[in-house]
Amino acid sequence: MKFSFVLYALLWVLRFTAWRHPAFRERLKERNLTAQFLSQADGRGRWFRFQDGRIHSGAGVKDNAEVLLIFKNADIGGRLLMPPIDHLEQIEAIKNFQLMMEGEDEDTYWFAVTVMMTQHIGWKYGTPVENGEIRYTSHTNGGPVFVYVKDGRIVRITPIEFDDEDPQPWEIEARGQTFRPPRRTTLAPHGQTSKSLIYSKERNLYPMKRVDFDPDGERNIQNRGVSGYERISWEEALDIVEAEIKRVNRQYGPGAIMVSRTSHHTWGNIGYYISAMNRFANILGATTTTLNPDSWEGWYWGAMHHYGHSMRNGAPEIYGLVEDCLQECEMIVYWSSDPEVTNGVYGSFEGTVRRQWAKDLGIKSVHIDPYLNESAAWVGGKWFAPRPGTSPALAHAITHVWMTEDLYDKEYVAQRTTGFEKWRDYILGQEDGEAKTPEWAEAETGVPAKDIRALAREWGSKKTYLAAGGMGVTLGGACRTSTGAQWARAMVCLMAMQGLGKPGVNFGNLQFGSPIDYSFYFPGYAEGGFSGDLANSGNAISLYQRMPHLISMNPVQQTIPRLKLPEAIMDGKAEGYPIDPRFIEGQFFPVRYPSPGHSPVRMMYKYGGSYISTQPDSNRYARMYNSESLEFVVSQSIWHEGEVRFADLILPACTNFERWDIGEWASPQGYGYDWIGQLNHRVITMQHPTIEPLGESKSDFSIFLEVLKRLGHSAYYSEGMTERDWVKRMFDASDLPRHISWKKFLRKGYFVVPAEPKSNWPRTAYRWFAEGRKKDVPEPHPLPGSYGENFREGLQTQSGKIEFEAESLKRYGQDPERPPLNKYIPSWEGLGTAGLLEKYPLQLISPHARYSFHTNGDGKDSATNDLMDHRVEIDGYYYWIARLNPEDAAARGIGENDLIKLHNDRGAVVCAAQITNRLLPGVVHCRQAAARYDPMGKPGYSVDRGGCINNLTPARSQSLKTHSAAYNACLIEVVKWNGETGLDGVTPAARPAPEPAPELAPAR
Amino acid sequence: MSKWNMIVDAAKCENCGNCYLSTVDEYTGNDHPGVAAEMPLHGHRWIEILKRERGQAPMVDVTYAPVMCNHCDDAPCMEAAENGAIAKRADGIVIIDPVKSKGQRQIVDACPYGAVYWNEEKEIPQAWPFDAHLLDQGWKHPRCVQSCPTGALRAVKVDDAEMARIRREEGLEDFRPDLDTRPRVHYKNLGKYRYEFIGGTVAAARDGIEDCVEGAEVVLKYAGDELARTATDNYGDFRFDGLRAGSGVYAIEVSHPDFPGASAQAELGGSTYVGTIALGS
Repeated sequence: MKFSFVLYALLWVLRFTAWRHPAFRERLKERNLTAQFLSQADGRGRWFRFQDGRIHSGAGVKDNAEVLLIFKNADIGGRLLMPPIDHLEQIEAIKNFQLMMEGEDEDTYWFAVTVMMTQHIGWKYGTPVENGEIRYTSHTNGGPVFVYVKDGRIVRITPIEFDDEDPQPWEIEARGQTFRPPRRTTLAPHGQTSKSLIYSKERNLYPMKRVDFDPDGERNIQNRGVSGYERISWEEALDIVEAEIKRVNRQYGPGAIMVSRTSHHTWGNIGYYISAMNRFANILGATTTTLNPDSWEGWYWGAMHHYGHSMRNGAPEIYGLVEDCLQECEMIVYWSSDPEVTNGVYGSFEGTVRRQWAKDLGIKSVHIDPYLNESAAWVGGKWFAPRPGTSPALAHAITHVWMTEDLYDKEYVAQRTTGFEKWRDYILGQEDGEAKTPEWAEAETGVPAKDIRALAREWGSKKTYLAAGGMGVTLGGACRTSTGAQWARAMVCLMAMQGLGKPGVNFGNLQFGSPIDYSFYFPGYAEGGFSGDLANSGNAISLYQRMPHLISMNPVQQTIPRLKLPEAIMDGKAEGYPIDPRFIEGQFFPVRYPSPGHSPVRMMYKYGGSYISTQPDSNRYARMYNSESLEFVVSQSIWHEGEVRFADLILPACTNFERWDIGEWASPQGYGYDWIGQLNHRVITMQHPTIEPLGESKSDFSIFLEVLKRLGHSAYYSEGMTERDWVKRMFDASDLPRHISWKKFLRKGYFVVPAEPKSNWPRTAYRWFAEGRKKDVPEPHPLPGSYGENFREGLQTQSGKIEFEAESLKRYGQDPERPPLNKYIPSWEGLGTAGLLEKYPLQLISPHARYSFHTNGDGKDSATNDLMDHRVEIDGYYYWIARLNPEDAAARGIGENDLIKLHNDRGAVVCAAQITNRLLPGVVHCRQAAARYDPMGKPGYSVDRGGCINNLTPARSQSLKTHSAAYNACLIEVVKWNGETGLDGVTPAARPAPEPAPELAPAR
Repeated sequence: MSKWNMIVDAAKCENCGNCYLSTVDEYTGNDHPGVAAEMPLHGHRWIEILKRERGQAPMVDVTYAPVMCNHCDDAPCMEAAENGAIAKRADGIVIIDPVKSKGQRQIVDACPYGAVYWNEEKEIPQAWPFDAHLLDQGWKHPRCVQSCPTGALRAVKVDDAEMARIRREEGLEDFRPDLDTRPRVHYKNLGKYRYEFIGGTVAAARDGIEDCVEGAEVVLKYAGDELARTATDNYGDFRFDGLRAGSGVYAIEVSHPDFPGASAQAELGGSTYVGTIALGS
């Protein structure tokens, strides 16, 4: 009874929607088909005939319906169809074969979406403002934004200024003053340049095929990266992708298709790679790449062994740090920490105002970095410039001073740590006969012994925050070098001697630990969106229960360590250590490629294009693409740049400004647990489709859908929904509906999570540990079984204490480069590397880019190109900048803005010289991750002038028993560029210069 | 009559580039009739950040100064303009009319600050118009202020007497006082941008171990006359700032009750770190 009633009602809902909404009437004209609802038990049902825009319907059963929806019986049908739809019931019915859909994917998806449209077609979104503009909201990797649109075109993109109804922020009382953040969001430069990226003339606007790629004939693999492209239709492009997937699977078997990505994406929980792409890859069955913990290298592989925190990749607790630092701290030691550049990854300039407060309060700062970095220049304070890769020696010498001058917290060491006696013996030289004195360290680091002593004495007598890495609580810098694990380990050992967790003594640089409401639930992107991927995202923790959706699982258990990808493809084998943060020992399990019984990779489905330039020894990836074993490469990408130009086929993806999504500022969750802790205000945004996708580009969601339609997977992939329906499901799954209506959220576009009363603020990180209490900060780490005795008592280490001698490394015992005591082992590519140093006497450091976010924001003809410290225009070409000391420049006859060649045996890159005293002689500074890769001859074998400095960095893991990049361990020479384009000692087959990129239609 | 002014605090600018980028965002691809025609994506720096680096490692500092159209009350561009192409609004903002200014390249040349750019394609002079179209729509401040994360830029709308008071109170000055064009953009904390320093480190050995000397008295002399004195910090560092570039030879005399004194000399071209001065050797 209910079944027939609901179906009859559906008819009138469809007819009403058509009467009310012209767009729906247009929709109905798209297809002629019959959809049959059927109760399997009694054969009853109702049919709907869509014919030339009209809807006909009747009780009963029509033969030959294009779409067949079969319910096990009428009861179930009635229950499942009665609004509001209960998604848990629905997917359970699907799993139990109580609800089935038959038909061609084009028909079934069209019908399902047509029915869903009755729910969402009336949605009104955006706010009309002055001048006929509509103000939408969206999100960048560097903060939430307002997007002003007029006549279908973006006028401007700005940070968000809160209105009167948005809540008031928190306030902190410190040293007689009240501190309160401004009521607005901040925006990183790469976010502020978004409009020029969206309308970039380097957008991929149409599907394109390499001109000399013929899937049925000559593939000309050797011409990848050289040949140009021709525009083809979506139909043709999808035909090729479909045929190649089927051919490769049938010819080679499981594992032959690889779906491969990089570390970040454009913002939004639905479209993010962990969401749409994971679901796609799982459904397809694909070899994956496993990431190294890039930017957390030393923390993950090193620091973790001394104090745990595997679930944070070795990073410390973050809570309560802002209040404690402002109230108690006397000095901040910025060690390889440049928060004004790294922006807390996604945190824009939220920490900036707090560092200004610290300045105003007179909290002293010192900076340890081979480069006088931007934060050091802005914050001010004494600058120490150790030679790259030698910071662990500096830390040991500070330790030596503390030990010999009684400048450490003996009670804390006795009660909260283990292994101190062995550590002391090592530092004082009783173990190896070499005392780690300041004089010893001066020889290694170049920092005068007297300065080391002065620093150690000040640190040992002041309540000090250690800002280790860009976030203050890890990230980048010295952890990305050959001695990265040693450095991060040293940071933990230093804090263990000064009483980590006591008032004013903690990790941080005011970037993290603001007193926002951490308990309001909104999923972060690493919770997996609609992936249903319980194994490879944070989905299982909360989101899966709150937003029931079909799980997905990859039937191919083959993965390639990303840093070894070129070797895997070219040599057919590779080995590495994937990330498994569940427990400390997770990092000891190697994977081998190929996996047992799996096919080597023959086809690559590449998502985005930034291995070249973000990965060390990038030229390897260029050579990889010329490997005959890679029979087909399809790249799904927004811009026509970098390694996208190595694909056989390019599928044009749109930006997140051109599609629906929803997201929270700076919130991954999962592996980035509570990164919202760096914000002054939690801001959740509706990510409106501010404009139509440019050209023929499509959202990632849609492209995956189109591919999967060809394979009959579209219903499983989409659950019959569009992105906007998923956005609504994500909204419903969060705590938002308790605070703001869907209707209002759609229009206004953002929600500011109210601050909490002080009584609800999280406690200060490690205070519980310092005071010997149960853990009382709001992080569900480590796993309960990782507490050796009682739940919430002690750390994740075997002893539950900070271990100077790491028991986990002792138990492992297989890595001579990571001994249980953190001994100083000089860099394998540094000033002690005989044989190499004579040829390449300069140390290159390549920290994160300032104005671009990895490759996003750079190149692409964007506005950032004109920033004086980003690129320099010389003779019409925008060159990447390399910085060197006046002495090194003079010795080589190099002047400001001269074109210089930075080179070693791995490659050569042309940059514009910037001469600066912010470096000591012997050190060259060049930021990483230029988006351009412009080899001036054969790719992988010639001089690059795009600025891919990672062409020079080593592929070797920091230690061989890890999967960790060592970007900052790199010896080079620099010369004035004489125009030569070949690499010394490398003579590839003669090849014509690459053709210029095809002229693309302007993106209007 | 309240008028717009911009206050630039050089001590707060960290060169994030947002003032430039937000201005490019506002004017590329957009025509704002009566205020500005579309700006070319590349080549124009209506707002530009200038950089000043001083000293040698390890005593180095860096200062940034954003510069832009000064909206002068005695604007040389207005005098050079023909056909009424440039007008001063009642709120102090100087607007180069995107239509009337066509072909008037002399307007670019007339600006002594180099803040006016020539649009080759449209053949018009262009400069940052204080986002007048947005202020007219009720915006509280221009885009560059909105996007500035540090508060280095501050736009205030006050009458001239009040602005004069603010200038006195906050110690504001013109970026180029020599030009005397009565600019409406005012600067704060330009000392490190304009002047040079002499700095050094004082150390002494005890029992063969060299240490930084805190609290040593350091006197700076010029032609025998004492100019300033200071004490070293816990790193033995001292610094005398506010000196003029190329101003000649300075003497540094260091004394400390526990050690014999020492001295050094520095010829000031640009800022100079004299290195370590060792006491009592």
